[in-house]
Amino acid sequence: MKFAKYLGASVAALALMASAASAQNVLRWTSQGDALTLDPHSQNEGPTNAMNGMIYESLVSRDADLALQPELAESWESSADGWTFKLRKGVKFHDGADFTAEDVVFSFARANEESSDFKEQATNVASVEVIDDHTVKLRTDGPNPILPNQMTSIYMVDKGWAEANNVVKPQDFAAKDETYAVRNANGTGPFKLVSRAPDELTVLDRNPDWWGEGQFPGNIDRIEYRPIANAATRVAALLSGEVDFVLDPPLQDLKRIEGAAGLKVTTVAQIRSIFFGLDQGVDELRTSDVKGKNPFKDVRVREAFNLAVDKEAIKRVVMEGLSFPTGIITPPGVLGNTPDNDTPYGFDVEKAKSLLADAGYPNGFSIQLDCPNNRYNNDEKICQAAVAMLAKIGVKVNLDAIPKAQHFPKIQNRTSDFYMLGWGVPTLDSHYVFQYLLEGEGSWNATGYSNPRVNEITQVIATETDLAKRTAMIDEAWDIVKAEMPYVPIHHQVIAWAMSENLEAPIGADDALRPRFAVMK
Amino acid sequence: MFAFILRRLAQSILVMAVVSAIAFSLFNFVGDPVNNMVGQDATREDRVRIRQELGLDDPVLTQYVRFLGNAVQGEFGLSYRIKRPVDQLILERLPATLELVLVSAVIALVLGITAGVYTGIQRNSWFSRFILSSSLVGVSLPTFIIGIALIYIFAVYLRWLPSSGRGGVVDLGWWKTSFLTIDGWRAILLPALTLSLFQTTMILRLVRAEMLEVMQSDFIKFARARGLSERAINFGHALKNTLVPVITIIGINIGGLIAFSVITETVFQWPGTGLMFIQAVDFVDVPIMSAYLCFVALVFVIVNLVVDLMYFAIDPRIRIGAQ
Repeated sequence: MKFAKYLGASVAALALMASAASAQNVLRWTSQGDALTLDPHSQNEGPTNAMNGMIYESLVSRDADLALQPELAESWESSADGWTFKLRKGVKFHDGADFTAEDVVFSFARANEESSDFKEQATNVASVEVIDDHTVKLRTDGPNPILPNQMTSIYMVDKGWAEANNVVKPQDFAAKDETYAVRNANGTGPFKLVSRAPDELTVLDRNPDWWGEGQFPGNIDRIEYRPIANAATRVAALLSGEVDFVLDPPLQDLKRIEGAAGLKVTTVAQIRSIFFGLDQGVDELRTSDVKGKNPFKDVRVREAFNLAVDKEAIKRVVMEGLSFPTGIITPPGVLGNTPDNDTPYGFDVEKAKSLLADAGYPNGFSIQLDCPNNRYNNDEKICQAAVAMLAKIGVKVNLDAIPKAQHFPKIQNRTSDFYMLGWGVPTLDSHYVFQYLLEGEGSWNATGYSNPRVNEITQVIATETDLAKRTAMIDEAWDIVKAEMPYVPIHHQVIAWAMSENLEAPIGADDALRPRFAVMK
Repeated sequence: MFAFILRRLAQSILVMAVVSAIAFSLFNFVGDPVNNMVGQDATREDRVRIRQELGLDDPVLTQYVRFLGNAVQGEFGLSYRIKRPVDQLILERLPATLELVLVSAVIALVLGITAGVYTGIQRNSWFSRFILSSSLVGVSLPTFIIGIALIYIFAVYLRWLPSSGRGGVVDLGWWKTSFLTIDGWRAILLPALTLSLFQTTMILRLVRAEMLEVMQSDFIKFARARGLSERAINFGHALKNTLVPVITIIGINIGGLIAFSVITETVFQWPGTGLMFIQAVDFVDVPIMSAYLCFVALVFVIVNLVVDLMYFAIDPRIRIGAQ
């Protein structure tokens, strides 16, 4: 049994070598962290979704500009109780099975299992009704204006394949055995899995039977992905020509890469904003020398913090110019961000000082800033800069920069007074921001901020289908937040990709490589 | 002899239990794995449920006893990060680390002994001084910097060798080896050199010091007086007498190389156990961390046991003391 397995593996390895010789355009690329699993419903994590998105497909997808595109559905329309999707015909999974409405029913059920990490998206669909083999109706509890936006990462899995391989449910956290879907994949997408060695090498081959063959500019025949954990080594691999593409080059190396012959760097604003949270909910801050009251309850103190942090200086000195200073915690591209509310609060030390004095803290106060040191671009350095800036208005900040695994529990458990957080918006809609960061009970809202009108709007826009009315309410909520300042927005992150000049790959604000659009010269 | 081995074994088991207990109690300070295991939009209820399923809220002692109970049955659980059985992961990655350690130990021995003998004999030549002063680089520069420097020289600038990874691997079924292809050798050279540099320096200095001492001893003077050739004196008599401490040191250090190849493996993306461990720490992958630390403790215990047994065979004083 074991021997047969090894024999199979060696034969596969030989076949791999043989087909490598015939492949034409091989895209060799690297990034820091490998996909965690190939099970499409097990881990809702950026690199995992991006890798799975090359093999699997969803009903509705996004292109590099993040515009919604038909993928396995050709068209869709909404009604009062849900959305009807017309499925693409003649689509086959990599193992040859037909893609039908049954697979849609199955995939949504799978994504809704307790062990799925996509429950929050899948739960928007109350049930899936098969109208015919190529038409499904996704029923929702009441109207849902943004359902297509919420399901771009819910990939379609073949029911028969899942049943045959005992992977009807995503892997359980407390499970003892690896499931078949962790290292095997059977999607409908433009690339098929050839081999998978986690943290070492993943090889994908072009799927000649893909429905989109000939409709997309991409000409990649084979993808070889090797994660390289160390940033300097990643850059070295690009400089030495061993890889064609680095997804996450360190910002300080970009000039050097651009200067190297045959290499280029492309950048785009990421759908992720970086900001500080101020706990205005508790009656007494845990780490401050102000006792018996909470200075953050006073909006003047919050404004002083916003005015004291010089976002332009952070961009210039800390971020090598690669950031977009902002006055809102959600980036352009998300419905609700406007040029008006995106404008930073400005930098005014004198005004900040007088606001603090008016609030009763002419000599400032002390507080601890909780900051991750391995999560966002230059996270710890941003915090260090903020410490120096706040010192100028008399606020003595004690910085606690720690790994993300220790930092995020502080936010989750509501034990931080003043913390850094970054937030990406996969749905590209403000509702996702309100729901988690501004609504009083939001699971990532550790500021204690709760405004009745904002809470109400969060509820209403979940089901409001009149888009003009809905957008007006979103604007209203942002105006309230802009005035009440529960957060100190810093900037929107910038994504930088480094690649060979022979490669044209459209950069996506979600940091996902889309090989169907990648062209090699 | 038998009683001696038994006593050492009992001590070894105690050492392993203590090491694993200390390691386990440290996990409480590494952070919360659940945040890495779910997407940002997972609900707080879900996070609590997962913590309970994994038993992360239990007291450390309870978690440790559960771990020991499972470990005794050969059950090390599933990696939180890549959802695969931990024992299988360690076994898969062990060949990469062992081959790296083997090659670097050979490099260290050959380079270290050659240079040690040379500098011991030609004490005042300019080349000896050059070797001695440049060998300081090996001990004073961090492995990380040496690795990156080698990558930039040999992979980026000269383009002779690959910068990272383990290319040209041949799967023998139970062992994946780099030794059977040219690509495999090209890939292993830089990381092995990086890992060996510290050991080379140490062996060099040890051999040199021993050589200097031996060269002053009476039997060498007699050999000279008898008119033996320089070659016979240097290699036949002097070197032979310096090797006992060198072999002891190498034996102990192999354990260290296996356990602490972490940095070299990270710099070169060498797919061994060290890289796996550092990624586990980053993710708070408790099953991998605990199994790996026990494994490292086991390696040290075994190496020390073997070294002790070797002493037992070599040194009559220990034999007498044991009786």
